[in-house]
Amino acid sequence: MRRHASYRAFLVHRLSGVALALFLPVHLVVLGLALEAAALDGFLNWSAQPLVKAAETILVVLLALHLFGGLRLLAIELLPWSDRQKDWIGWAAAAALTVGAGFVVRSFI
Amino acid sequence: MTTLEVEIWRGAEEGRYETYEVPSQPSQTVLDLVTYVQRKLDPSLAYRFACRVGVCGSCAMTVNGTPRWTCRTHVQKVATQGRVRIAPLRNLTVVKDLATDMAPFFDKVQEARGRFIPSDAAAKSVAEVPPEEPKRKEADAGIECIGCGVCHAACDVVRWLPEYLGPAALNRAWTLVNDARDGDRIGHLRAIAEDAGCHACHAHQSCAEHCPVGINPTRSISGLKRLVLMAAIRGRL
Repeated sequence: MRRHASYRAFLVHRLSGVALALFLPVHLVVLGLALEAAALDGFLNWSAQPLVKAAETILVVLLALHLFGGLRLLAIELLPWSDRQKDWIGWAAAAALTVGAGFVVRSFI
Repeated sequence: MTTLEVEIWRGAEEGRYETYEVPSQPSQTVLDLVTYVQRKLDPSLAYRFACRVGVCGSCAMTVNGTPRWTCRTHVQKVATQGRVRIAPLRNLTVVKDLATDMAPFFDKVQEARGRFIPSDAAAKSVAEVPPEEPKRKEADAGIECIGCGVCHAACDVVRWLPEYLGPAALNRAWTLVNDARDGDRIGHLRAIAEDAGCHACHAHQSCAEHCPVGINPTRSISGLKRLVLMAAIRGRL
């Protein structure tokens, strides 16, 4: 009953949103480290490790999925109906993966 | 003759599946299975049907986890290894076995003000509504709903938020706000602009995936969201 593209798009949007909400406090704590330059530098050195970069890539993909999925929802709700709206799910996923690939290139190359 | 193992929900909200052996026939529908069980094996089985040919929508049930019209579902398309599981429609209270209480479903149509409110002009003369007129086309796209409840059963938002008006009631409201003869467009919009109205829809589109007559209630609900937004901006709600 839930095995169709629109439902999967909903799940991705909801789960990525929850993951980003959980990440947000961590993000703010790290920003708080900027009050002491040494602490921030220490964290930035730690975050340069490949494993952390890989996790960061996943985070960037989640953010991009949520962003493009949200734009898709806004288009469905605010623009005249298009029977091609299911194609937008594929376009949103492709755009998110492209952003993720761009982040990988920028981080490792 | 080969037989099918048919699991049927027995009881009300509390109950269990009971298994029946039903002879397999060519071109057999799921409704045929239920009818065989009721007539040959257990006359106490309760279920609902009328036309048997996909016109009335009263035989909707859950077949292998999917809401369907049983009269239009061939067994060979849904049986897995000779087994079929039949349950009552989801999101409705079970009266007995496969029969659900449809009253709350139809009540939601009224809550959504899903009834025609004639305008003065419509009362005095026959309105001309050209087929190519855009609003007429929007109304036509949703007008063939026969209220079978399949979309209501397929919708997870109805599951999570029982007060939600649901895809069928909102689709009905959409046909009315696009009806040139209707005299209370804002009244219809006010009725569906509540918390459990059109804005509760998450656009899962399970309603459109399962509608037996091919209506897309998500399209109708999206249209309502736009009209409610515009009416709110103009201070008319």
